[in-house]
Amino acid sequence: MAPAGEAVLEVRDLVKHFPLTQGIVLQRQIGAVKAVDGVSLDLHKGETLGVVGESGCGKSTLAKLLMVLERPTAGQVKFNGEDIYSLKGKAFKAMRRNIQIVFQDPYSSLNPRMTVGDIVGEPFDIHPEVAPRRDRRRKVQELLEVVGLSPEHINRYPHQFSGGQRQRIGIARGLALRPDVIICDEPVSALDVSVQAQVINLFENLQSEFNLSYIFIAHDLSIVRHISDRVAVMYLGKIVEIGDESQIYGAPSHPYTQALLSAVPIPDPTQRDRKTQIVLQGDVPSPANPPSGCRFRTRCWKAQDICATEEPLLTIRPGISHPSACHFAEQAQIVETHDAEEFGLNQPVPTPDDDDLVEPGTLP
Amino acid sequence: MTLTETGSPAAVPAGTPPLLEVDNLHVEFRTREGVAKAVNGVSYAINAGETLAVLGESGSGKSVTAQAIMGILDTPPGFVTKGSIRYQGDDLLQMPEGVRRTYRGEHLAMIFQDALSSLNPVFSVGYQIAEMFRVHRGMSRSDGMKKALELMELVNIPAARERVKDYPHQFSGGMRQRIMIAMAIALDPEVLIADEPTTALDVTVQAQIMALLKELQRERDMGLILITHDLGVVADVADKIAVMYAGRIVERAPVYDIYARPAHPYTEGLLASIPRVDMKGQELFAIKGIPPSLMRIPPGCPFNPRCGYARDICREQDPPNYPVGDAHDSACHFWEEVVDGTRR
Repeated sequence: MAPAGEAVLEVRDLVKHFPLTQGIVLQRQIGAVKAVDGVSLDLHKGETLGVVGESGCGKSTLAKLLMVLERPTAGQVKFNGEDIYSLKGKAFKAMRRNIQIVFQDPYSSLNPRMTVGDIVGEPFDIHPEVAPRRDRRRKVQELLEVVGLSPEHINRYPHQFSGGQRQRIGIARGLALRPDVIICDEPVSALDVSVQAQVINLFENLQSEFNLSYIFIAHDLSIVRHISDRVAVMYLGKIVEIGDESQIYGAPSHPYTQALLSAVPIPDPTQRDRKTQIVLQGDVPSPANPPSGCRFRTRCWKAQDICATEEPLLTIRPGISHPSACHFAEQAQIVETHDAEEFGLNQPVPTPDDDDLVEPGTLP
Repeated sequence: MTLTETGSPAAVPAGTPPLLEVDNLHVEFRTREGVAKAVNGVSYAINAGETLAVLGESGSGKSVTAQAIMGILDTPPGFVTKGSIRYQGDDLLQMPEGVRRTYRGEHLAMIFQDALSSLNPVFSVGYQIAEMFRVHRGMSRSDGMKKALELMELVNIPAARERVKDYPHQFSGGMRQRIMIAMAIALDPEVLIADEPTTALDVTVQAQIMALLKELQRERDMGLILITHDLGVVADVADKIAVMYAGRIVERAPVYDIYARPAHPYTEGLLASIPRVDMKGQELFAIKGIPPSLMRIPPGCPFNPRCGYARDICREQDPPNYPVGDAHDSACHFWEEVVDGTRR
């Protein structure tokens, strides 16, 4: 359940369009890739918000915007009540201290020519007020210990570590400045299965130890389910459904969420014939030219005329416990859940008929 | 090995060799840093219409075994040092390269994880599919293109007629994987090896590709070797499973058995580390440590440094394959304890 703490991050109508230009000298703008197109969400103190979606849905751009590695086209993000994009000078630096990131690829996100001590200690060079120079080495060793690495490894280089250990180095670097928020952008997807569980456990232990808030971006729905208090589902730059973990997994109401959940293979062969699988046709449309109205309508089996003309808003709809952006939202049970009865759900999911599906690539 | 109760095809008459049989295969890579023993005595067999999932993490030797079967191992540094690979009883490793080449594409075909780097960027996809027919069947260019179009329709590429002359970069990841599949099944092979075919794809696209592979397999009665690390995909499609660790098969079993009754600590650990609904908020079971370097595989059982059941014998004696049940074996000295569920 979501802790009822105050919001640390408030994201409102965040938009990021990357311009597409033509010509070499006079670059005319001929369009824009709408990577993030109106995202609003809150992150509360001490909670984990999972963000799921397929590649190209804008989840990594969202991470970059929250880190102020990109500046938005429109919208605002408030960190502890202050708009992070209008902060300057000292206040900006102080804000950045408090929002840190752990990247997906532990091979390319660590400088191969720096020792572990330099990598984990580098944040202290930028924010010297956090640790006096003479304390740094000890601080770095403490951090290594916290993430489960041996403090003696401080002089080693990244290539001397395995993937899982490197990800721990990346986590130690993210923790160095004692941030309030850590954005985890696919932090375990590059790791071997047997090592993923170790890193997930580390994230959970660190959260309770340091009262961290996580934005946990991933495409692996079962891992997101395990670690998240709340989950936001993104499709083509928009959040289509957001709610508590038990609401999203137990009673998904948006057709895309339902399809996504049903597509996840269940690691239990006795379930293989029992579950209803919704196989979506086609691919995600280009974010440079998204469909009118509801962006999912080109792959949706429920789509009707209204979906092409009117964009469904992300609001709480009658009979649904959490916000959903679908004109025809209906709760359904897709995957096995521990609290299905809570929602009074037992009806099977409507399976899409082949005829109802719009051919991909035929946008009016 | 026949697996009638798992819904796999009817039992093969006794005395017929399996469609494809890998027996005691050893592969090593001779590098400047030393010899990496990538495959150390792998044996498995597959029959028509059957799906064998080879499960393992990176470096377990699952892809190297597949490359040895196809005969596309980089030599040097890779060498098959021992063992045999028999297709319908004939040992592929004893054949001269000229003969072996006729098996590739015709009888054995393979698709890879990364479709973009497996396709040639400077030829159209239609040309590349047609090449199969031109080279192996001596067809003309235009006949080959017609066949390519048929195949692209078969693997459900929308507007195939307009897209047959497009280049690989113009397709999405899922469509490129379909093109690879079209190429692989062009000559109607009896065995298809799919090496992590959906790892680079999103889940909704993964579901499409797996559905396509299953359908093609059923229609053509192909043997499918699915190489993957995803326990979910395996549970969905496999008839039987071989779990690999450090170049060895540590457990072999029919699919229902292995999920219900794992008999090797590694398999048990992998299954236990999957996040489950009822484990929400609890710590996940994690296998401690990391896989060994293939240049320094520990003596005895290769899994012993990470194993909760390990005792002295595990550090000294490499465990043989103990029979656990029908078509189920485990390379663990203490498999009975694993089955009983007494984790130490």
